[in-house]
Amino acid sequence: MAATGFLLRGHMQNLLDALRAAGYRCVGPQVRDGAIIYDTLSQADDLPWGWRDEQKPGRYRLGRHDSPWGFAWANGPQGLKPLLFASADTLQTARRTDEGALHFESATPHAIATAVLGVRACDLAALRLQDQHFLEGLVPDPHYAARRADLFLIAVHCTHPAATCFCVSTGDGPRAEHGFDLALGETEEGFLGTAGSAAGAGFAKRLPLRAAEPREQDALEARITAAAAAQQRSLPARDLRAALFANLRHPRWEEVATRCLSCGNCTAVCPSCFCHAQSEEPTLDGLSSMSVRRWDSCFTQGHSAIHGIVIRADTRQRYRQWLTHKLGSWHDQYGRSGCVGCGRCITWCPVGIDITEEAAGICGSGHV
Amino acid sequence: MDAKPRLAVHKFSSCDGCQLAFLNQGAELLQLATLVEIVHFAQAGFVAPDATVDMAFVEGSISTPEDEKRIRLVRKNSRYLVAIGACATAGGLQALRNRAPGGAGWIAEIYPQPGHIHALPASTAVSAHVPVDAELWGCPVNGRQVLDAVRGRLFGVTPVVETDKVCLECKRQQGVCVLVAHGAPCMGPVTRTGCGALCPRLHRDCYACYGPAENANTQALGRRLADLGLSPAAIARRFLSINNAATAFRDAGDRWQEEDHGDA
Amino acid sequence: MSEPHLMHEAVICERIQESPTIFTLRLAFTDPEHKARYRFQPGQFNMVGLYGVGQSPISIVSDPEDEHLLDHTIRGLGRVSLGLSRLAPGGRVGLRGPYGRGWPLAAAEGRNIVLVTGGLGCAPAVSVIRYILRRRERFGHLTILQGVKHADDLIWRQQYERWSGLPDVYVGLAADVSAPGWFGQVGPVTVLFDRAPIAPGSLVMLCGPEMMMRAVVEDLRHRGIDENDIWLSMERNMHCAVGLCGHCQIGPYFVCRNGPVFSYPELKALLGERGF
Ligand SMILES: Cc1cc2nc3c(=O)[nH]c(=O)nc-3n(C[C@H](O)[C@H](O)[C@H](O)COP(=O)(O)OP(=O)(O)OC[C@H]3O[C@@H](n4cnc5c(N)ncnc54)[C@H](O)[C@@H]3O)c2cc1C
Ligand code: SF4
Ligand code: SF4
Ligand code: SF4
Ligand code: SF4
Ligand code: FES
Repeated sequence: MAATGFLLRGHMQNLLDALRAAGYRCVGPQVRDGAIIYDTLSQADDLPWGWRDEQKPGRYRLGRHDSPWGFAWANGPQGLKPLLFASADTLQTARRTDEGALHFESATPHAIATAVLGVRACDLAALRLQDQHFLEGLVPDPHYAARRADLFLIAVHCTHPAATCFCVSTGDGPRAEHGFDLALGETEEGFLGTAGSAAGAGFAKRLPLRAAEPREQDALEARITAAAAAQQRSLPARDLRAALFANLRHPRWEEVATRCLSCGNCTAVCPSCFCHAQSEEPTLDGLSSMSVRRWDSCFTQGHSAIHGIVIRADTRQRYRQWLTHKLGSWHDQYGRSGCVGCGRCITWCPVGIDITEEAAGICGSGHV
Repeated sequence: MDAKPRLAVHKFSSCDGCQLAFLNQGAELLQLATLVEIVHFAQAGFVAPDATVDMAFVEGSISTPEDEKRIRLVRKNSRYLVAIGACATAGGLQALRNRAPGGAGWIAEIYPQPGHIHALPASTAVSAHVPVDAELWGCPVNGRQVLDAVRGRLFGVTPVVETDKVCLECKRQQGVCVLVAHGAPCMGPVTRTGCGALCPRLHRDCYACYGPAENANTQALGRRLADLGLSPAAIARRFLSINNAATAFRDAGDRWQEEDHGDA
Repeated sequence: MSEPHLMHEAVICERIQESPTIFTLRLAFTDPEHKARYRFQPGQFNMVGLYGVGQSPISIVSDPEDEHLLDHTIRGLGRVSLGLSRLAPGGRVGLRGPYGRGWPLAAAEGRNIVLVTGGLGCAPAVSVIRYILRRRERFGHLTILQGVKHADDLIWRQQYERWSGLPDVYVGLAADVSAPGWFGQVGPVTVLFDRAPIAPGSLVMLCGPEMMMRAVVEDLRHRGIDENDIWLSMERNMHCAVGLCGHCQIGPYFVCRNGPVFSYPELKALLGERGF
C-alpha cells in the first residue's frame, strides 16, 4: 500500500486534536505503573517517547532511552480487548416491586466513539477473532457491539518486537496489513501514514501531512523486515489441532502442571480469550439486582464446576484446556488458531511458562 | 409480614478489625438496621451475648478455654453461623504460637505474670470446634462480602463462595503485575480473591491475607520467589503470616522452613 | 438489536413436589406478546433466574404444543435450585430461552426408539417420551430404560407403570442399590439390555452421567446399533446459554449452542475424556 503522507513527530498533537474535533475520545499508549498501558490520551506529550521495553518469560521492564521514538516498544499487558470486551459489564437490571413482580431492563452501554492510537498488527488480528466470537455467533453481543460500532483504529507497524513476540510465525505481524483506518510507520523523523479505509482517508486529509519520500518508505520497509527477522520464538506454522488432540495423555501436561500456578494471567492478557462468568449483584435493600459478567478463565474452578463435580479439577486438565482450545479447537470454532503471536501470555505469566515451548514439547516440532 | 431476622456479631480472639469492616459500611449499615434486628454487636452498642438469633457472624479464633465454651453456646443459639476473617476461618496471625517450639514455654518468657494467661495449646478456626455454615476469609473481611451474606440470607440462600485467585481480579482491574513488572514477591497467584486486588492496585505485592485459593500451587510460587532472590526463610515467612494455619500455607511454610534448616 | 441477556418475567402457576428433593414449576410468561412468540423443541432448555441470586439451565419438560405452561422439573442442589424450591405458586422468576439443539425428532419419525437414562438425568428424556406418546402414530416401538443409583431415587414411578401398560412400549428399570418394594432389576442400566427389545435400526437417545452413557454406547454398538443413530444429552456449566461465556465448551463445541443433544460421532473423541 502506498503511503498517504508523512507526519512529522512534532505534529502528533495535531492528530490528537483532529480526532477530538471529529468527535472521538482518543485512547493511546502511555507509561503507567512501570508498563505501557492504553488509556485516554489528550496530550501527545503523554505518549511513551523515548521508552523501550525489555520482555522475557515472566519479566517486563521499561527503560528510558535517549531517542525521539514514541513507539519503539512491543505491546504491554493490554490489547484492544479491555476496551470492547470490558472486564466487568452489567448485562441487565432487575427490579422487584412490593407485590413481587419482576421488571427486567437491558443495560446495554451507550458507548462513545473512540479512536485508538498505536494498535499493533497482532491486536488487529485478535480483534478479528473477538469480532467473530462476539458479533458473528448465534446472537451478537449487544455490549461488545455497542463499543465496537464507533471505533477508529490507528495502527502502528511494529519495529521493535520483544523477545516474547512470535507474530511472524502465526502470520499476524509485525506489519499491520488490514483492519485499520490509518496505519503509521515510525521512522527517524516521524511517521509514514497509510489510509486503510474511507474514513481513514478522509481523516488523513485533516492532518498536516507532507508527501512521503521514497527514502522514508524504504527505511520503514527495512525496519519492519528487520523486526520480523529479529523474532526469536515461533509456533509451528501448521494447524496443531490434530497433534494436540492426539497427545491428550502426553506426560508434558503433568510436568507443566507442576510449574503452572493456575492463576489465569495468561488468559486474562490473551487478546483473544473470551471467557466470562455471570453473577447476580442485588442491592442490600433487595429492591434491585444487576446481572454482571466478569472476565473468567478456564484456569478457575468455577469455569467447569457442575454441582458436585469439577470437570477440570487439576492444573493438568486446565492447562490442557487452554492449549487445546487456543491452538486446537479454535480452528473448528473460528477457522484458525486462537493465537496471534503477541507473546503476552509468556511475559505476563508470573512463572514464565512459554506457550511456544509447551506446544513444541507436546506436538513435537515435526509433522504429526 | 415475617418478623425481621435477628442478627448477632460475636467477638473471640481477634483485633476487632472485622467488626470495623461492618461498621465502616456507613449508610449501608443504617439500611442493614432496617432489614434485620441487630441484637448483639458489642462494638456498635448492642449487648445480648446469649440471645438466640437467626444469623450470627463470628470474628476471632478459638484460643482460650472460655472461647471454646462460648463458641458452643453461640452455635447453639444461632440458626446460621458465618465465620468472618482470618482468625475465625484459619486461626489468624495468633496461630503462629501453635508453631512455637517447646509448647507454651514462650508465655513465661514474654509475660511478667504468666499465671494470668489461660490459653488453649493452639489458636484455631471456628470450624475446628463447631459446624460453620459459611466462611468469609480475609484480614479484615470485605464489608461487601459480609453485607452480601446478609442479603443472601434474606433471600434464603447461602453466600457465594469466591475461590478465584487474586491474580484474576488484579487483571480485571487492569493492574500492572507487580511480580512481572517489578519483581515484587506477590502472593496473588496462591491467594483467594475477595479484596478486589487491593494491594497490587496500590503497586504493592499481595501478602495473602485472604488465605489460600483453591488449587494453589504453593511449590511453584515458592520457587519463583526464590528466583526473585528471597531466601528460604523469607519465603517461609510469606506463607506463615496471617493465614499461617491454613493447610496449604502451613504445609508450604513447613517445606520452606525445612529447606532453610537444610541450607544452614 | 436483540437482547440475548435479557430475562422475561414468568409466574409460577403450579408447583408439584415430585420427590423429597425434586419439584416441578409450571411457568407462564406474564407478557402475552412474549408468550405468543415463544416456541421450543423437546430437549431444549431455558435459563431460569431466581431474583437476586442467579440463573440455571433447566430443561423444558412440557409439550411444545401445550401453549399455556412451561414445565421445569428441578432437583434442589445449590444456591439457585434450592432457592427456586422455596417459591410458591404466584411467585415470579426470570426466564430466557429456549436454547440449544433438542432431540432429532424429525429423524426419529417412523423409527423404533430406545431411550436410556441414568442417574437423575431424566428430565430431558421425559419430555421426549411424552412427546412421542402424544404422537404415537408417527413413531415405531418405544423402549424406555431407566437406571438409578438408589431405588428411592426413581421419581414418577406411577408414570413408568402407566407407560409400561401401553401398547408398543417397553419399560425397564434398574437400580444400583435396591430397596424394599423395588420392582425393577438390580445393577447398572445395561443389565436391562438383554431382555429389552432393542431392534437393529432403532434410534437411541441417552441422557445421564457420562460414564454411564459411554458404557451404554459400547454395549449398543455390540448389538448392531449404528453410531449415527445414537444421540446424547450433555451437561456442562453454563452462564450465558448463547455461546458467549465459554463455560460449556467440550473441545470444539459449545454445549449451549451446538447441544445439549449431540450425535455420538460428534462427541466420540472426547466422551469420557476427563477434563473436557
Ligand atoms: C442443558 C442443561 C439442562 C439441565 N436441565 C435440568 C433440569 O431439567 N432439571 C434439573 O434439576 N437440572 C437441570 N440441569 C442442571 C442444573 O442446571 C444445575 O443443577 C443447576 O444449575 C445447579 O445450580 P445451583 O445454583 O442450584 O447449584 P450450585 O452448585 O450452587 O451452582 C452454582 C452455579 O454453577 C452452575 N452450575 C452448577 N451445576 C450446573 C450444572 N449441572 N449444569 C450447568 N450449570 C451448573 C450454574 O451457573 C449455577 O448457577 C441442566 C443442566 C444443563 C446444562
Ligand atoms: S496465546 Fe499468548 S501469544 Fe497467543 S495471542 Fe494469546 S496471549 Fe498472545
Ligand atoms: S477456554 Fe480458556 S483458552 Fe479458551 S477462551 Fe476461555 S479462557 Fe481462553
Ligand atoms: S501458564 Fe502461567 S499465567 Fe497461565 S495459569 Fe499457568 S502460571 Fe498462570
Ligand atoms: S500483581 Fe500479584 S495478584 Fe496481580 S497479577 Fe501479578 S502476581 Fe497476580
Ligand atoms: S453457556 Fe455460555 S457459552 Fe455456552
